[in-house]
Amino acid sequence: MGELATTGQQVIIEIGGMAVEVRSESPEFLEMLERRYSGFLSPEALPGFELDVELVAPGRITREEDLSVRFEAGRWLIERGDLRAEWEPASRRGRIVQSPNPYSIDAVLRIVHSLILAQEGGLLVHAASAVRNGKAFLFAGVSGAGKTTISRLAPPDATLLTDEISYLRVDRGLVGSGLDVGRNGHGYVAYGTPFAGELAKVGENAQAPLAALYLLQKGSENTIEPVKASDAARMLLENVLFFANDSELVSLVFESACEVVRNVPVYRLTFVPDERVWELIG
Amino acid sequence: MSSIFIARATQVAARSLDGEMMIMSARDSTLFTLNPVGTVIWQSADGKTPLAEIVERKVCAEFEVDPAEAMKDAEGFVNDLASHGILVVSGDPIAPPRAAPGEAR
Repeated sequence: MGELATTGQQVIIEIGGMAVEVRSESPEFLEMLERRYSGFLSPEALPGFELDVELVAPGRITREEDLSVRFEAGRWLIERGDLRAEWEPASRRGRIVQSPNPYSIDAVLRIVHSLILAQEGGLLVHAASAVRNGKAFLFAGVSGAGKTTISRLAPPDATLLTDEISYLRVDRGLVGSGLDVGRNGHGYVAYGTPFAGELAKVGENAQAPLAALYLLQKGSENTIEPVKASDAARMLLENVLFFANDSELVSLVFESACEVVRNVPVYRLTFVPDERVWELIG
Repeated sequence: MSSIFIARATQVAARSLDGEMMIMSARDSTLFTLNPVGTVIWQSADGKTPLAEIVERKVCAEFEVDPAEAMKDAEGFVNDLASHGILVVSGDPIAPPRAAPGEAR
């Protein structure tokens, strides 16, 4: 392994510009995290929040069969059969109880990032995304719509940010800065994520202004057509990763999705699964 | 006939996109897109204007509709939205909700 990101008993994982310090007493567990998030380690970053991992023997940890995310007494409580976690936004600290496996903490990271993003107008979206010529493109769709296929067909000059979970946030520092922040200077930036899909390959740790959102479907010919804003918002909302049964956050996610489609061009992309589809992108 | 009063529920998020009103229930995440007539009724749901007056003065004034048919459709519409917690329907005027202190996050 090259440069070690662990400092003592911690590793800092930075996704979407947000650094999380994960602490554990198990060097083996931290080494596993280093391998899994190798492109997203940021040992020098100032952590935005901290997570302590308490490892326990494999087995059921909570009675919750399905994922439960709720806000109580100033803390987010996250429970699933294989994990119990809590995260306190005020102190920016959290704790996870899980067995030594990579999947539980990966789920908690997705959830915590989604909760933070919701507060600031960003979204986690079931979408592949890629950067080409300095612009990011999102390809959203349900399972089977073609996210993995279009990722696999990406030309060599494209950088794959993810084939599964796209990370979208507003970089308000860029708005009005004169830098290229996408059409209308809206400031939406797509980031690479280590949250892998069927390609089982983490995305590149890169970022670029979002140029367009494509709603995917496979068909017998390549076509591209604009989507009216209300349909685009509905379809985007269907693909947003959102875990909490919380009315305030539902409203925030709704507003965020409406803002995205108001600012970013949205197209329905019907495609034949071969590389010619990329001639339509951009 | 007794009056019907309607008010927008508090646990909803609403947004007009390209002239179409989209409403999401923050309670169960159900998403609605209102047609132009529905949008007029929604925007007029102030809790103090009777539905019949909204239909007469807004709906019938802006759209070519039969008044009796429009009233019947409006009643169905508001009851449908009420069943999803989007609108509050009452036989009496509805006072605006008082702001409750929220828990800081």
